[in-house]
Amino acid sequence: MADISVKESAPKWQFPFKIKIENRIENPPRWLSPVLSLAAVIIALLIGAVVIKIAGGDPWAAYVHIAKFSLGSVGVLSDTLVKAIPLMLVGLACSIAFRMKLWNIGAEGQFFLGAFGASMVVLLPVLPMEAPKWQFILVTAGFGMLFGALWGFIPGFLKARYNVNEIISTLMMNYIAIEWNNYFIYGVWSEGGFQMSRMFQRNAWFPRLTDLAKRWPFFGGLTTHFGLVLAIVAAIILWWVLSKSRWGYEIRLIGDNPRAAEYAGISIKKNIVLVMIVSGALAGLAGASEIMGVVHRLQGAISPGYGYTGIIIAWLAKLNPLAVILASILFGALILAGREVQPSGIPTLIQGLIMVFLIASDFFYRNRVRITRKVED
Amino acid sequence: MDNEKSTHELVVQMQSITKQFPGVVANDQVDFDLRKGEVHALLGENGAGKSTLMNVLAGLYKAEAGSIIVHGKPANFGSPREAIEAGIGMVHQHFMLVPSQSVTENILLGLKEPRFRMKLPEYTRKVTEIAKKFGLQIDAEAKVWQISVGEQQRVEILKMLYRGADILIMDEPTAVLAPTEIDELFNTLRSMTEQGKSIVFISHKLNEVVDIADRVTVLQKGKVTSAGINTKDVTKADLAHLMVGREVIFRVEKKDVEVGEVVLNVNDLKAFNDKGIQSLNGVDLNVKEGEIVGLAGVSGNGQNELAEALTGLRPVTEGTVEVNHKDVTNQPVKLGIRHGISLIPADRTHVGTAPNLSMTDNVIMKNYDQSPIAKGWRVLTSEANKYASGLKDSFDIMVPTIDTSVRLLSGGNLQKVILAREISSEPKLMIAVQPTRGLDVGAIEGVQKLLLSQRESGAAILLISEELEELLSLSDRIYVIYEGKIMGEVNDGDIDKIGQMMTGTPLEQIEKEGVN
Repeated sequence: MADISVKESAPKWQFPFKIKIENRIENPPRWLSPVLSLAAVIIALLIGAVVIKIAGGDPWAAYVHIAKFSLGSVGVLSDTLVKAIPLMLVGLACSIAFRMKLWNIGAEGQFFLGAFGASMVVLLPVLPMEAPKWQFILVTAGFGMLFGALWGFIPGFLKARYNVNEIISTLMMNYIAIEWNNYFIYGVWSEGGFQMSRMFQRNAWFPRLTDLAKRWPFFGGLTTHFGLVLAIVAAIILWWVLSKSRWGYEIRLIGDNPRAAEYAGISIKKNIVLVMIVSGALAGLAGASEIMGVVHRLQGAISPGYGYTGIIIAWLAKLNPLAVILASILFGALILAGREVQPSGIPTLIQGLIMVFLIASDFFYRNRVRITRKVED
Repeated sequence: MDNEKSTHELVVQMQSITKQFPGVVANDQVDFDLRKGEVHALLGENGAGKSTLMNVLAGLYKAEAGSIIVHGKPANFGSPREAIEAGIGMVHQHFMLVPSQSVTENILLGLKEPRFRMKLPEYTRKVTEIAKKFGLQIDAEAKVWQISVGEQQRVEILKMLYRGADILIMDEPTAVLAPTEIDELFNTLRSMTEQGKSIVFISHKLNEVVDIADRVTVLQKGKVTSAGINTKDVTKADLAHLMVGREVIFRVEKKDVEVGEVVLNVNDLKAFNDKGIQSLNGVDLNVKEGEIVGLAGVSGNGQNELAEALTGLRPVTEGTVEVNHKDVTNQPVKLGIRHGISLIPADRTHVGTAPNLSMTDNVIMKNYDQSPIAKGWRVLTSEANKYASGLKDSFDIMVPTIDTSVRLLSGGNLQKVILAREISSEPKLMIAVQPTRGLDVGAIEGVQKLLLSQRESGAAILLISEELEELLSLSDRIYVIYEGKIMGEVNDGDIDKIGQMMTGTPLEQIEKEGVN
């Protein structure tokens, strides 16, 4: 057993750093969460840029264009806000449900039912044609919330009573909701055989900024409507409820550990139903405000998937109702940009990428990555 | 000992096996051997090291020291697969079956044959043949979710037989079975030994051990207290003694407290467990002001179900629970909390706390809707923080800030958070389930002191524990529970009696036999 091995004269080159992944043993710093969200958005935009480049475009020019045509002037900013209003409400709907780890994927259907409820007020009619505007605002918003809440209640009740998986039931109910609306726009409320109802009379519309143009010409042509007020008020109320109220505490506790909640004497079933009702009502309000503020008639294709985008928004905002407002404006801009960018799939692609990176960023929230220099041993 | 029997062929010889886990020596120089065609029981309390020893034999753990000889050849299995190739198969307490697949498919799972085409009818026939040979009644085509727990166990046994095991390790096989199923299992085991299989039977139930085993090895705290004695040569009382042991008990300082009125009175309480099997079969007990009453028993004899039934977390099917002469049977949990019933749950992380929430959120769990923390619909953050800071100081909870998530706390500190919450509600009745499990010595002492101080302030405490030492040093009286029934009550800490009751002999019977 003679030692015949020769020592290598030049040791093989080695990567001089060691990457170590450790569980975080203390609370992550407060800034980390928003920074990670921002990073997810930036990385998504970078990948979007690569795709634009491959498609033969100029990414920088494209993004400048998007920014200009969604945030660049008062006019387009107003358009962005119009797109952001339903997103805010739907994002809030998802936030409250997700806080309790209740996966309401049915905001889309609740949105359609909300739109139906609001239309009913005008078309059935619930209010006389010439009723004052404030009555229309109140009653259409109320009906929208009521019908959305009903659509949320059904899967909530099924979950609480029979333990039916809410992901499946809410998703399936989206299709029912859309077909339900179709029945009315193709049949009952169809105007002259077209797949839409008649245009609502003007006093039923939500007030818009442009309505004030007579007194302040500056607002002329701005379509931002009263729904924005509703959305922001809803966000503030929801923020208060979730962070300051007894109910908010119960939701937090159930969301983190349902068994602990049960042990503390909190009824999980009751809260499942309640949260689904509130979540549905918020999504329903989104539908009502879209119909009364923008579309002004019941028709098909009133949502380019707002209900699903709400899921991404809720995550981007880390389920914080106030952050939902900001995230919705970003996504409003992206949706608006869909009209401006070719290939037109790019904004949707970016939305999807944001979601993927948000989920991935959770890893960095839970773990810390340490890069250390390798030490010769 | 018995030289005349040394002619028996030994299929397994384990010598001075030592296995350590962080902080515990699970097996300390343990010797064990198994003869061909016998049932050899491994008896011991929870945590005595029975399962660890067999996991070493079955290739799941690697021992730090010691030698294993299987069929005359030295063996050191790196994985269960290697062990099964040597003919050793282990049937675990928790079955590893795929519910949506048939019995045959489950048995074939992970094998090299069949390679691609399943040829199910052919293999079903094979499986049925083996089952018949050993008297295992099973429908090989049934899906696993359709069959009973007893049948599932047979599938697990069959799985091992199909793989050619001739040494079977059964880890507490009767724990999940109904009495009639136990008889069937024993018949199967007997027919297997008749056909030359050798069986290790892990249990802590004396009656069963005496019933089925030829020999028995008793483990206590990782050490063998009696190796391979014939079951015919020992009495149950001896075995109980060997299992529980008698040791110097560390006495905690306990003041004399005048015992007051009856606080908790439980009458003929019955309830089901999560699987729908009746696990409380008529429990009677009472706890008075200013006393700690221990409930001893091997785990899984209904202790958790009892704690849950008393607090309203589990529906009571029969019987009554009275607290301060008020019937609180099946009342909502919240009402129980208002009546001064407090529970320290066995599972700190899954039941006792919400891991990702702050310490503040965790300590207000039971009074978040009470003044001063609640005001109308609001939870007053400032009041909650004041309350949490107060508890942090008075209970000396080591936590950076009260906003820290409790999942970052050590076991001892987490338990302090729970105790702080429960004690500060000034309970009239405190039910503590395994309050010191998994804690280090210092933390255990802290928890025990807190319990004693509760006793001094006049609370009635029901201490449910599997640690006999702890029960003996803290309790004024001890009940013993076995299969959901109270076997008897001991006032003088007679450890032999407790041991016999823990293994299923009622007190009356012990006393009757004691007279003779």
